Amino acid sequence: MNTLVLVEHADGAVKDASLATVTAAAQLGTVHALVAGDGPEAKQAADAAATIAGVEKVLLASDPAYARMLAENVAALIVPLMVNYDVLLCDASSNGKNVAPRVAALLDVMQLSDVIAIEGATDDKRTFVRPIYAGNAIATVESSDAKLVLTVRATTFEKAAGQGGSATVETVSGPGDSGLSSFVGAEESKSERPELTSAGIIVSGGRALKDAATFEQYIVPLADKLGAAVGASRAAVDAGYISNDYQVGQTGKIVAPALYIAIGISGAIQHLAGMKDSKVIVAINKDPDAPIFQVADIGLVGDLFAIVPELTAKL
Amino acid sequence: MKILVPVKRVIDYNVRPRVKADGSGVDLANVKMSMNPFDEIAVEEALRLREKGVASEVIAVSIGPAKAAETLRTALAMGADRAILVETEDAVEPLAVAKLLKAICDEEQPGLVVLGKQAIDDDSNQTGQMLAALMDRPQGTFASKVEVSGDSVEVTREVDGGLETVKLTLPAIVTTDLRLNEPRYASLPNIMKAKSKPLASKTPADYGVDITPRLKVLKVAEPPVRKAGIKVGSVDELVAKLKALGAVA
Repeated sequence: MNTLVLVEHADGAVKDASLATVTAAAQLGTVHALVAGDGPEAKQAADAAATIAGVEKVLLASDPAYARMLAENVAALIVPLMVNYDVLLCDASSNGKNVAPRVAALLDVMQLSDVIAIEGATDDKRTFVRPIYAGNAIATVESSDAKLVLTVRATTFEKAAGQGGSATVETVSGPGDSGLSSFVGAEESKSERPELTSAGIIVSGGRALKDAATFEQYIVPLADKLGAAVGASRAAVDAGYISNDYQVGQTGKIVAPALYIAIGISGAIQHLAGMKDSKVIVAINKDPDAPIFQVADIGLVGDLFAIVPELTAKL
Repeated sequence: MKILVPVKRVIDYNVRPRVKADGSGVDLANVKMSMNPFDEIAVEEALRLREKGVASEVIAVSIGPAKAAETLRTALAMGADRAILVETEDAVEPLAVAKLLKAICDEEQPGLVVLGKQAIDDDSNQTGQMLAALMDRPQGTFASKVEVSGDSVEVTREVDGGLETVKLTLPAIVTTDLRLNEPRYASLPNIMKAKSKPLASKTPADYGVDITPRLKVLKVAEPPVRKAGIKVGSVDELVAKLKALGAVA
């Protein structure tokens, strides 16, 4: 099969998630990469994409209409290109999730979202594995569509090597600005800490933290010490300790860091659904029967207000 | 203008989904069902736009089994003006849902369609984007703020690493994220009143849409079970364990 990967890039560099998507694409067939953007940064990203191991060709679409990856414009760029491809793969990122279904509908294809494994990659058997019910069930799904549109969960595929490839870069163009939408502005999170969904370590606090001031006082220093992102349970968010963009759980962010430290979190289903794919889970809670201990690799029963400062000091 | 709000009946978010023993799916018998939480936020946003005078009518739509009428009654109790149920006992994939919604939009001509960014059962996160594509209209996905002015809407979107604001020409499709609002509870008098609000019953055939699935679910399995680990007695032990696992430097 011929595959096309929509590459995500920033400041002229390819994002790590797209390297994982290239690995998924390589399991299906030959890999071409599409870099959509504007100006020298897009060119730089295309050159970077050309060095990814396994990428045979890079398509570069450079136009102000693609600078902000507006779905209306980018989907209109991709759809005609799909004449030459059997599969479109996007990262299961906010951008991929925005663009891919728009392309799928225009191709009259039912998209496969959040693919975590590829089981069959032959022309007559195309089988994929994806989580449903926030990861509480895993579905194996076969597509009967002529073309495939996939979003790929980056945490479950190895990253392709960023070096070693020597693909050619070919310029393509699309219809440009659809006139339907325009970019107004962006407000990037100013936090020095890593982003919740891509962090290697997450320190997460629950209702037992008492209030916003103690949340800040106990959770933040530990997170800073570990270079970790800060998370929170829904109970902590609902109680107003922290704003809800920090919420980990079924209705918040789904995370899978290498280390997840749950502090004063009882472990409601809602929360577990969002973090149980973490590699190592540590739970600190004063209730020995808290459900969080059923998924924790290491549990410590006790008073978090004594334990957390000690842990912060000793790590 | 009218606002169309598609809502889905799903397993309640506080219920732990159980996979059927034969691996054919998730067991929904005798399980509490509720409105998809993101759709509740969509209903709330539509109601607020009506209360501000931006919208004149809020129409709730659901595509699903007969019991999805209950979900529509919830939307009506929250304050929607009327409802449309497209009834089918078959599973309907996002692409088919988008086609049905497009047919309804062709009839109703809403200025805005506001719907949840995803349903918490199949987690597809596709329907809004697909509807926008089929209608050739702009999309504002994962909205945390929606401001309508004149013939356009500014949508602030929750994107990886922050927020982004886009301006869309109406009619437009908006999908909701968690931070957009706190949905209201329906009061008892409003629940009673909702019983007499109009609810039209339709079928996919009424709209001439083929809902045959494109994807075949071969198997639904439990995720790999996470074994409970060990309990340690002190912070020192915890630190030693973390170092032994290579989880911290």
